Amino acid sequence: MASETLLQLSTVVLLLPLLSFVILIFFGKKIGRPSGVIGTSILGLNLVLSGIIAFQKLAVHADTVLIQTKFTWFNIGDFPFQVGFGVDNIAAVMLIVVNLISFLVHLFSTVYMEGDKRYPRFYAYLGIFTFSMLGIVLANNILFMYVFWELVGLSSYLLIGFWYEKDSAANASKKAFITNRIGDLGFLAGMLMLFFSYNTFMFDEIFAQIGMGIMPMADFSANGELMLTLAGIFIFMGAIGKSAQFPLHVWLPDAMEGPTPVSALIHAATMVAAGVYLVARVFPMLSADALTFIAYTGGFTAFMAATIAITQKDFKKVLAYSTVSQLGYMIMALGVGAYTYGFFHLVSHAWFKGALFLASGSVIHAMHVAMHHAHNHSMDAQDINNMGGLRKTMPKTYITFLLMTLAISGVPLTSGFLSKDGILAGTLAYAQLTGGVNWLIPLFGFGAAGMTAFYMFRLLIVSFHGKPKTDIAAHTKENKIPIVLPLFVLSILTLWIVYSPNPTDASSGWFYKSMKAPATVVPAEYQHDFLMPINKDNGYALAAHETVVENHAVEEALAHNDIPELEGEHAVEGDVVHDAAHAHDAEHSHEGEHAHEAADTHDDGHSHDVANTHDDGQGHEADAHQEHGNNHYANKFEEQIHKAHLPAMILSILIAGFGIVLAFVIYQFKIISADKLEANFKRLHTISYNKWYFDEIYHATFIGITVWLSKIMALFDGKVIDGIVNATAVVTRGFSYFIGHFDNKVIDGLVNLTASATGFGGIVLRKFQTGRVQT
Amino acid sequence: MFEFLGAGPLTWITFLPIIGMVIIMMIPTGKDDRSKAASRSMFQWTTVLFTFVQLVIAIMIFMNYDPTMLGVTNADTFQFVDRVDWITLHNVPIFGELKIEYFVGIDGISAPMILLTAIVCFFATFASFNIKKAPKGYFAMYLLLDAAMIGVFVSLDFFLFYVFWELMLLPMYFLIGIWGGPRKEYAAIKFFLYTLFGSVVMLLVMIALYFAAGSFNMLDMMNVEGYADGSLLAKVNEGWRLIAFAGLFVGFAIKVPIVPFHTWLPDAHVEAPTAISVILAGVLLKMGTYGMLRIAWPMFPDAVAYFSDWIALIAVVSIVYGAMCALGQHKVGKRDLKKLIAYSSVSHMGYVMLGMASMNETGMQGAIFQMFNHGTITAMLFMIVGVIYDRAHTRSLDDFGGLANKMPIYTGIMTIAFFAAIGLPGMSGFISEVMVFLGAFATYPIHTVISGLGIILGAAYMLWALQKVFFGKLPERWSGPWDPTKKIYKHDDVNAREIFSLVPLAIIIIYLGIFPNTLLDMMSGSVHTLVQFVKTSALYSAGM
Repeated sequence: MASETLLQLSTVVLLLPLLSFVILIFFGKKIGRPSGVIGTSILGLNLVLSGIIAFQKLAVHADTVLIQTKFTWFNIGDFPFQVGFGVDNIAAVMLIVVNLISFLVHLFSTVYMEGDKRYPRFYAYLGIFTFSMLGIVLANNILFMYVFWELVGLSSYLLIGFWYEKDSAANASKKAFITNRIGDLGFLAGMLMLFFSYNTFMFDEIFAQIGMGIMPMADFSANGELMLTLAGIFIFMGAIGKSAQFPLHVWLPDAMEGPTPVSALIHAATMVAAGVYLVARVFPMLSADALTFIAYTGGFTAFMAATIAITQKDFKKVLAYSTVSQLGYMIMALGVGAYTYGFFHLVSHAWFKGALFLASGSVIHAMHVAMHHAHNHSMDAQDINNMGGLRKTMPKTYITFLLMTLAISGVPLTSGFLSKDGILAGTLAYAQLTGGVNWLIPLFGFGAAGMTAFYMFRLLIVSFHGKPKTDIAAHTKENKIPIVLPLFVLSILTLWIVYSPNPTDASSGWFYKSMKAPATVVPAEYQHDFLMPINKDNGYALAAHETVVENHAVEEALAHNDIPELEGEHAVEGDVVHDAAHAHDAEHSHEGEHAHEAADTHDDGHSHDVANTHDDGQGHEADAHQEHGNNHYANKFEEQIHKAHLPAMILSILIAGFGIVLAFVIYQFKIISADKLEANFKRLHTISYNKWYFDEIYHATFIGITVWLSKIMALFDGKVIDGIVNATAVVTRGFSYFIGHFDNKVIDGLVNLTASATGFGGIVLRKFQTGRVQT
Repeated sequence: MFEFLGAGPLTWITFLPIIGMVIIMMIPTGKDDRSKAASRSMFQWTTVLFTFVQLVIAIMIFMNYDPTMLGVTNADTFQFVDRVDWITLHNVPIFGELKIEYFVGIDGISAPMILLTAIVCFFATFASFNIKKAPKGYFAMYLLLDAAMIGVFVSLDFFLFYVFWELMLLPMYFLIGIWGGPRKEYAAIKFFLYTLFGSVVMLLVMIALYFAAGSFNMLDMMNVEGYADGSLLAKVNEGWRLIAFAGLFVGFAIKVPIVPFHTWLPDAHVEAPTAISVILAGVLLKMGTYGMLRIAWPMFPDAVAYFSDWIALIAVVSIVYGAMCALGQHKVGKRDLKKLIAYSSVSHMGYVMLGMASMNETGMQGAIFQMFNHGTITAMLFMIVGVIYDRAHTRSLDDFGGLANKMPIYTGIMTIAFFAAIGLPGMSGFISEVMVFLGAFATYPIHTVISGLGIILGAAYMLWALQKVFFGKLPERWSGPWDPTKKIYKHDDVNAREIFSLVPLAIIIIYLGIFPNTLLDMMSGSVHTLVQFVKTSALYSAGM
């Protein structure tokens, strides 16, 4: 398949869910029941198409790093704001992840949401969510990333608040949106910095310029390192919001107020992964300091959330905090430089966490059905202490839930083992290479791994094993096929064999080989030396080299306005680039040359077609490089991670095993009493159960202060500012009154006085004017 | 071109409403109830007819607008120009020969405003249909206001501009003062005095400019090198020029309104009838920023450079302060939804100021685009408030909740409008805000990031209001139908008339969010010229 076709197909994949949204939001009420079928079949078609795209990208176009298209969205004067879409390997995989989970959730909901009065609306919202998420996946520029990022926020708002009659749901949706906006402000600031510095939104063009040593905000600050780090951290703030990292993680557990399929789709598998995906996208430009910041944020989040998940009683809350913790893992992985494993964990987590949530939906649905039959409407259907013994009544759900629990705990033969093991090896390698306080990172990682195994088995044992704790639980029944089938599909995807033939090491599988970390473009003095490419040719500039620019199809489809030719503008940009490359010091001259060439290629790309780019010899160079690269590690970190792999694996199996055994000892065999433990560690338990009091602290500080301040402002505005205005009026009126009186009494008095004086004078004078001359 | 009866489209679009007004004045009011009702609908439909024709002309102008004709400083490149001598007096004491022209024309800065005015006036007419009290006067004043607003945007002669500017005050005063809410007199006189104060200052500066330039022609006034020697404003960056600019700025700032000259706005909005709030927020506020772009910026480049740091600061204060006051509405006062939206206008117009302070094309174009978008979005917001006020006769947020099930279509429309106000991508407000941010960041990075707080606070107060009105439980008092007799409202949800006025605005907002070029192309050439003119003028660097 030609590159153009691939991109056109991607556009179709992007727009189909939007079509679903448009159809269902306007005609949903008329369509009624079949809405679910319409939504599900559109997503099914989308899944097939994205399968084709992924196969084409990973197998046929494996040599092309990024297949992309650029077009002008709007102009400011002569300056075109370019945007576009692109497919690289991680995007191709993400297409499958998003579409598959979304499809399964569509299918699942046909039963789960059956009785809901806003059933068509639900499918419409799922459609717009999928559209926005696919937009994030396909965006090859930071502006589109931000656009779809916000749209994802909107869809999430609509879906969390789907049952808006409940105050808790309406509050949760508002909280999610606003918390995310706080992160987005950072994202926006990062975007502004990059656009201001590089005059483009395109990731590849930004990277190419950084690779040449042009630092952000050079006009404002000479401290290039600080500015680059700031840009990285600002963008990462977006991820802190969306991927629920400390300190903005508080919205995610509340988001569980939405229907459970939504939790599976958005708040476990896909949307929250968007932050991780964003960090992966900008990975090449993250400086050493930014990476360290990211690693610590992720590590702390992973640890903190795990400690909370241990004591939660609500089925979905446990899973929610587990999600926060696992997202922390991914972020931490990217922060230490274990890019591939971080992304791998995103994918494997999407499967097992999606399935865990769907399984929890299956359980909650069964509980609700049983409650309905028993005419019991007061019980909490999500409290695990009301469950128990579900293994017997819901065997299929149990089997899949067990498999997923094994995966998330990192037990061998699962995908979760492969990815988590890689991350832990990464943290170990990182600590070995950097030393000192950075040993905290593996500590966070391994600690969280142990706790994860513990709380997941606690959840499994308490709800599925033992005897039913309530009548309701005893009367639950296994659900229909649309609910169970997705669980099985996802179970298959959690097996190791899908990713790598070797169950102990992912690096021999196709996944690892296809998702290699892009080389950093950060100048050596600002980057960890172990992340610098060993082979100098490995700069990102090379990736830009291979970029296929395909400009026309989408442009015509999207922008029917006349778009002026852009060659001129770009040529100018190219010149700037050229000068910069030459001005750069000798150390980087090699990279500089390359980037310069790359920029030229890009310019030509507007007129060249795909075939040309491949034929003009640069493709050969790339191939040669590919072979060359296979014999060596790309950088020192990769080498170290390989060395750390075995100890990390042994340690992680031991720790996970310990967590699992402990869970069995306490909850299955009850050798240690859970209640006594709770009593002995009262204080710790309270802190954990109350989620470290984050919500309370935020309410008392940030929220409280903002609300208080705005109240003061509003009062100030009404009383002081308007008071001054009114006072001016009063003073003026008083003054006028005074003037009025003055006018009346004094001036007019004077006039009258004059008049009367004149009159009087007249009278007096008249006496003289008697006509009698003699007097 | 497009002349009809010897007058060009701009003259027609300006004076057509006045013809409508005269016609309305001639329709008798009627004595008994039936003939009164009949004449009321005559007034309504006459207004609809005239604003519709006006809209058609505006669209024709839009279609035939040539973006390569740049305008701004060059009289030859203005479009649809009508120019005749209006008042010529010889041997006037002090003035000598006094010449005032009827000179109208548009460029890329005023053209979007014409379109906006025509759109808002047409759709707001439908929100006026429930005016029962003295409909004749209302619709006559409405059309007069319409004419004056268009007049301001097309005038290229300062004197003519000033005439229209003042003409606008009169109908607005009466529209608020007679057809307004409980505190209408207070609000009306406050609006009147505030604006009058601004106009007096403007008048003084206008006269000073006349003495310098020797004509009321705005384009002559922009040519500072041609100023008469020895005139007050001739020397660059002298105290008088700065004072004159500051005076003009305050005059316009009151209209925008910019903190701390904004307190007339919440009162005026709260008291004004729905349609007048719509026009006030949709069009009137833009006159302030338009005046700055057309008059203050190009005539005083030195002062712009001198004051730009302050302007940026004021803009940031407006953004954050306005947003905080809006958020504070849920703690103080009557929790009036209209007041909340009024404060949100202060915040959103702050973005316009920020873009204008940036003095680059991106920011400036973002500012003008934001003027248009704020016009359509806020118009929609006020209409939406009008819809529930008409039914429930209250706007207090405490009185509502759970309307989503009672009025699903209305909820959908309001969600679109609210998210547009929050600046959600896919809607026009996003593009203009991003452009403002991108432009302003190049000049004032710190200011820009701080003003980003506005988008967080914006989300907070808008979503809070949305939740208050639509989510949660429906209060007992609204559980029945709005109108049990089914005479006025057959359904609980929005009726056809309301849908007709709201949906087109929603379509415009979404369309421009996806295809902003439709409008941006229209203005980009002129904005480029304006920025170049101001920035490259020798005065600008002198003022730095």
